[in-house]
Amino acid sequence: MVLEGIAAGSQNGSIEPTRRLIAEVFRQDAGQAIATLIGQTGSFDLAEDALQDALVTALERWPVEGVPPRPAAWLMTTARRKAIDRLRRNATLANKQEQLTVLVRLEQQEREAASAPEDWMDAMRDEIPDDRLKLLFTCCHPALEMEARVALTLHTLGGLTTPEIAAAFLVPTPTMAQRLTRAKRKIREARIPYRTPPLDLLPERLPALLAVLYLIFNAGYTAPTGAQLQRRDLCDEAIRLARILVGVSAREELDRAAQAEAQGVLALMLLHHSRRDARLRSDGALLLLGEQDRATWNQHNIREGSALVEQALRLRRPGPYQVQAAIAAVHAQAMRAEETDWSQIAALYGVLASMTCSPVVELNRAVAVAMADGSLAGLAMLHSASLAEPLANYHLYHAARADLLRRSGQHGEALQAYQQALDLCQNAVERAFLTHRIAELSAVGGDGV
Amino acid sequence: MTPPTTPMKYLLLIYDDQSAYATLDEQAAGEVYAGHMRFAAAAGKRMVDGAELRPTTTATTVRMRNGERLITDGPFAETKEQLGGYYMVECADLDEAIALAALIPVVSGCVEVRPIVQRDEGGNEL
Repeated sequence: MVLEGIAAGSQNGSIEPTRRLIAEVFRQDAGQAIATLIGQTGSFDLAEDALQDALVTALERWPVEGVPPRPAAWLMTTARRKAIDRLRRNATLANKQEQLTVLVRLEQQEREAASAPEDWMDAMRDEIPDDRLKLLFTCCHPALEMEARVALTLHTLGGLTTPEIAAAFLVPTPTMAQRLTRAKRKIREARIPYRTPPLDLLPERLPALLAVLYLIFNAGYTAPTGAQLQRRDLCDEAIRLARILVGVSAREELDRAAQAEAQGVLALMLLHHSRRDARLRSDGALLLLGEQDRATWNQHNIREGSALVEQALRLRRPGPYQVQAAIAAVHAQAMRAEETDWSQIAALYGVLASMTCSPVVELNRAVAVAMADGSLAGLAMLHSASLAEPLANYHLYHAARADLLRRSGQHGEALQAYQQALDLCQNAVERAFLTHRIAELSAVGGDGV
Repeated sequence: MTPPTTPMKYLLLIYDDQSAYATLDEQAAGEVYAGHMRFAAAAGKRMVDGAELRPTTTATTVRMRNGERLITDGPFAETKEQLGGYYMVECADLDEAIALAALIPVVSGCVEVRPIVQRDEGGNEL
């Protein structure tokens, strides 16, 4: 969104560090500012325009005047002033009763902020989780199509640019821009409410939110394109929002299934996130689960995640997120890769497969079976038509196949499969890993057994 | 989205399979009728207008082609479900309109919720 301005004009080398810092501040705090501004103005477009104006001001001033001591507070204050400017300019037009009401409210807040800046910032901080949650519920409203929900959430709360989201979903940028515009227009014209829904609507709304949060986590965990494997800020954001959701669902008299799955999704994210420092070698290369230094796994995340899984399972409403979290917990329990209880993991994938009917789940199950019962058992599952056909264009299918072929000594076929995976893969770090495997195998040569 | 100053108008379009209504027995037809009564009671003053439409066999479609009026028999689109009636309601937001729409009895079809553009005397959108 606002970051497109930075990306567009970043040629000048001397101001590059400040630009990078501005990009970072916006990336981190734009979601919060947008959520608050939409809450105050009632308009996605005005909030985004005001933030864009604030970005322009930051680009002009920060390189000259230096970075303000509290960039997030500066951002919020400046964006609100820009919103006031825009409303003042427009409010002269006929019939802008509502805009005037908003303007009066914003100016009131501006005066309060000026008279007691510290208190105002504290008050803001308390309000923020609520505003972000409202924004999340609005972006994930069932009256919007699923793709639009994810895109809008990533765009507003996650601060991702339109080209970034377009790349993540493999669509052209104009298509994604149109999708975002259409979604925002529907919110405005059909008047989708900006609020945390009342209790009776929560069970209907929560699953969509969980799905969107998990997609955001995944977009951060394995950034689909680009040089970096992870966008940790996205993972943190997804976890933070999931925590709020778990809090909301526990507090209220929700049905147990929604409660259990909310805990499940948070547990799942925490358990994955615990490996964040172990997934990459110092040179940026990808390390698989079995190769990771388990001492660097975040034990605090693992304890919290495992406890959440148990708590969720005690509610006796098992769902896909809980089962996936249980799988991650089994991995987390093994102090060494060799101690992993692969039979239990394969069994859990069996449960998950029956819940989801997803070929990707079957793929993971095949890998677990290979670990428990040998590569050939896993390969037999992978080569069945029910997997090979739907996953023909999925790079991880070919990567898994290549790995099992390599383990069973079929180096020629393994090489071919790695090459297929490489051809389909878009993430630079994953590509480097596959290229490395190909080089290794080529060095061994032929079908050594 | 702002604390709404004016209520929104929504048209709740009731699409259902006409032929299904023709085969309803007396008790089932009575339940549909009672469903509409319940809807009207729940909507209260929020219901601005509403009507049951004659079947699509009585519909006439008028098109303009190069300034010529082209008149054809039947509804605009021939599908399994037909527009059978509508309610116009006034609500604070989409969630409220959806809640009302969910109260409307349909046999096998659905209800479409469409926001209505509202303008002031000057023609500006509200």
